[in-house]
Amino acid sequence: MDMQESAEKKERGGDSGNGRGMGSVLLGYLKSARVGVSIRGLRKSFGANHVLKGIDLEVSPGETVVILGKSGTGKSVLLRHIIGLEKPDAGMILIGGEDINDPDFKKGHVVSMVFQSSALFNSLTVEENVGLYLKEHKVFDDGKIRNLVSSALEIVGLEGKESIMPSMLSGGMKRRVATARALVMNPDLILFDEPTSGLDPMMTRTVGDLICDLKDKIEITQIVVTHDIDLAFYVADRLAILSEGRIIEYGTPEDIRCCKDYAVQEFITPQFEQPRR
Amino acid sequence: MNGVMSFFKVTGGLVSLLMETLYWCKAALKNTDKISDQLLVIGYQTLPVGALIALFSGGVLALQAGPTLARLGIEENVGGLVGLSLVKELGPVMASILIAGRVGSAMTAELASMSVYEEIDALKTMDINPVRYLVMPRFIATVLALPVLVIYMDVIGWFGGAVVSAINPEVQLSFSVYYRNLADLVDFTAFCNGLIKAGIFGVIISIVCCYVGLKTKGGPREIGTAVTKAVVLSFVLVLVFDYYVTRILLFFGLD
Repeated sequence: MDMQESAEKKERGGDSGNGRGMGSVLLGYLKSARVGVSIRGLRKSFGANHVLKGIDLEVSPGETVVILGKSGTGKSVLLRHIIGLEKPDAGMILIGGEDINDPDFKKGHVVSMVFQSSALFNSLTVEENVGLYLKEHKVFDDGKIRNLVSSALEIVGLEGKESIMPSMLSGGMKRRVATARALVMNPDLILFDEPTSGLDPMMTRTVGDLICDLKDKIEITQIVVTHDIDLAFYVADRLAILSEGRIIEYGTPEDIRCCKDYAVQEFITPQFEQPRR
Repeated sequence: MNGVMSFFKVTGGLVSLLMETLYWCKAALKNTDKISDQLLVIGYQTLPVGALIALFSGGVLALQAGPTLARLGIEENVGGLVGLSLVKELGPVMASILIAGRVGSAMTAELASMSVYEEIDALKTMDINPVRYLVMPRFIATVLALPVLVIYMDVIGWFGGAVVSAINPEVQLSFSVYYRNLADLVDFTAFCNGLIKAGIFGVIISIVCCYVGLKTKGGPREIGTAVTKAVVLSFVLVLVFDYYVTRILLFFGLD
C-alpha cells in the first residue's frame, strides 16, 4: 500500500477498506481506561546474549506506538516484558503509573496480546478460544458471551466460523481469531506481535483499519511490533526504531521519515528501491 | 555438579508443582467438566487395553505358579497367590505403567506443545492460571481413575488366573476352589494396600508428566524428547516409590 495514499485515507476518518465497521455489540462493550506505558532503562540478557540494553520508551494514553526493527533486535522480548511474561534484569515498566514488577503491584488494568504464533488452543473451537477469558472469569452469562464472540469474529471477518477448530484455519485466519480473542478481553492496552505476517494484502489492510478503529473510536493504547513498513506508517502515532537492543529513534511518522540516521533510512526505505548489494 | 543441580531443580520443581496443584484442588467443583473430560480419556478409554493386559497377566501368573504348587500338592493356593500378587503389586504397578505410557505421554505431548507454541503464555496473559486450568483437572482425574482401574484390572486378572488354572492339565483347579482360596487370602487390608499405592502412583504420573510438559522449550524435537523423559521418569519413580511405600505400609502393619 502506498504510504501517502494510506495517510490520506486515514485522514478521511478510519474508513474500513472492506466496508466493514466495528461490530456494534463489541463497540458498546469496549471501554478503555486510557493507560499510558512508561519503560525506563529496561535491560535483559539470556546468558551471554544481551537482548535489551537499556530501553526507554513513553507511550501516552490512547496512543498507538509502532516498534520497528530487524529480526532478532528484541522487539518481541520487549512486548513479553510489557505483558509480564518476562522479568527484566534491570529497569522498570510502568503501566498506568504502576510498576508491574513491584511485588505489591495489584493489576488494575487489562493488557491483552496478539501473539505472532496466534497461540490458539487447538482443543477448543474458534468460539471457545475467543470466549475463553470471559468464560473463565465468569464475566457474563453464556448468551452474552456468545454475542460478544460473534461480534468480535464479525470485526475480524470470520463471522460464521464459530464451530471450526483452529487446525482447519489458515495462518492468517488464526491471527484474526487471536485478534478477536484479545479484543473481547476489553483491554486498556493491547499489544500486537507482527499482526500482519502471513496475511494477504487485503487482510493486512483490514488489520490496519482495525488498529486505527481501536485508536479512533475506543482510544485503546496500542503497541505494535511489525516489520511491515506500510502498516507501521499507516497506524502509528509514533514510531520507535529498535536496533541492537536500543531505541535509536523515536518520533512521529514525519520525524522518522525526515530522520537522517543511516540505519533508520535503510530500514524504512523500501528494499527494492535501494541499490543492489 | 550440573547433574546434582539438575536433580535438585527437578525435584524442587515437582514438589512446587504438586503443592500448587493441591492448592488449586479447591477449584475442583467449578471445573467438573474439565475433570470429567480427563476421566474419560484416562479411565474409560484405557479399559479395553487394561482388560487385555490384566487377563494375560493373571493367566501367566497361574501358568507359572500352578504346576510348581501342584507338584508340592498345594495347587489350591493358586487363587490366593494370583489374587495377592495382583492386588498388592502387579495391579497397581501394571496399571501405573499403562497409564504413564498411554495417558502420561499424551499429557506431556499436549502440554509441551502448548508451551512451545505460546499457548501457556496466552493463558497467562488472560489471567488464567495454567496449573488450575491444565494441571489440576489432569491430576484429580488420574488420582481418581488409577485406583478404579486397579480394581478393574485386579478382577479381570483374577479371572484370567482362574481360567488358566482350570484348563491347565497340570493344575485342573475348579473356579470354586480357586475363588475360595482367593477370598480367604485377599483381605480388605491387602485391597487397601493396592489402592493406596495406586493413588500415590497417580500423583507421581500426573505431576511428572505435567511438569515435564510445562517446562518444555524449543520445537517439535524437544516435544518428542519431553515425552520420552516424562514416561521414563514416571516409570522409574513408580518403581522406586513402590519399594518405599511397601516399606512404609509394612511398618504400619498394612501389608
